[in-house]
Amino acid sequence: MRAGYVKRFSPVERLLHWVNAIGFFFLLATGLILYLPRLSTLVSRRQEIQYIHFWGGVAWLVALAAVVLLSGRRLLATARELDRFDEDDLRWLRGGKAPQGRFNAGQKINAALTAAFAILFGISGLLLWFGEQDTRLRFASTVILHDGLMYVSLALLVGHLYLALIHPATRHALRGMTLGNVDAEWAAQHHAKWKPE
Amino acid sequence: MDSPPVNREQPTEPEPHRYGRGVFLATVAAGVTSLYWGKAAWDSVSGIISPVASAVAPILPTGGWRIYTISGHMPVFDPATWRLEIGGLVEQPVSLSYDQLRALPHVEQVSTFHCVTGWTVKDVHWGGVRINDVLNAAKPLAAGHALRFVSMEVPYVDYLTLPQAELHNVMLAYEMDGRPLPREHGAPVRLIIPEMYGYKNVKWLQGIDVVQQAASGYWENLGYDRDAWVGRSNGYGL
Repeated sequence: MRAGYVKRFSPVERLLHWVNAIGFFFLLATGLILYLPRLSTLVSRRQEIQYIHFWGGVAWLVALAAVVLLSGRRLLATARELDRFDEDDLRWLRGGKAPQGRFNAGQKINAALTAAFAILFGISGLLLWFGEQDTRLRFASTVILHDGLMYVSLALLVGHLYLALIHPATRHALRGMTLGNVDAEWAAQHHAKWKPE
Repeated sequence: MDSPPVNREQPTEPEPHRYGRGVFLATVAAGVTSLYWGKAAWDSVSGIISPVASAVAPILPTGGWRIYTISGHMPVFDPATWRLEIGGLVEQPVSLSYDQLRALPHVEQVSTFHCVTGWTVKDVHWGGVRINDVLNAAKPLAAGHALRFVSMEVPYVDYLTLPQAELHNVMLAYEMDGRPLPREHGAPVRLIIPEMYGYKNVKWLQGIDVVQQAASGYWENLGYDRDAWVGRSNGYGL
């Protein structure tokens, strides 16, 4: 590691992030073909796209679960970090200036929502798939839940991409998720309470 | 004294709140229970946000519709070759061109379209003809008690009994919201029966056969109900 850089995200944290990101974009693309009339008309092969979307979703959740389970205790420590909100986090959320740890309070909430959404996408997706064959698994609201999750996820994703790629003060963080390390000065400024190893 | 020394001066860090798991569990719980309240909630807010929905319509042109097809290729309507064939148990089979179909008495209606998977499009403006105006030319025989609707999207077919087909707002629609029926909605003509779920509303019609009795259509062969009454079939409201 070059002098002046500190390690922010471990390989397994980055792996989990990118498995999630790749799966999400794949499912968004195939899902929009099923959802938007113009794309549905253009592509036309609904049965095949539906099949690819469903099995892509299964693969995404299995891959996420595999990374979590195979990482042993390493991601447990990360989860514990994301779980805890101290007084500074609450001040930060109320819009005040407050020193943040390795994750700021917004990132903690984003992580909790992203994890919950993966589970809800999975449940509603399985219900849509198997509900076609079994009326006991058919709910009038399944499609509303699945679509609603898509809209909220998309809004979160737009915000996330803005902060990671465009916003000058925060876009340096992208380096943490690609190479694993960030500039020590940037870290001290944005994550003052974090004590890098 | 054996007890360990306690430094009472040192400020103790208050226990952090475990809000992360709270947000996670609350979101999962809200999502799972929304299977029971989601549609009612959506129906009550969709009226309020419909101005927003129509504002984003050019960007997000769904209009609430999803386009379902069962084959690899969406049928293409060619006015030069397309015919609506009325056959089966009739005295005189009839073959209607697009212009001949449009020359029959024109009716319009506004009705709501319900998909069995849970989405709904309110107040769709349909224009077309009543089924009897099409059937009468072929003179159905007394032995016929049902109709088979044949789509250009092979092998999609579905059936209605004659009493179902004669409900007041059943129509063969060749216009939607003031324009010719778009390809993805079943051009040139589709069946509309608002009281039943969308899969009975056969798109891309090319034939109507008078048959002795109703049988299972495409989705019914995959486990859906033949009598697809909205809110009273397919596991809903029963």
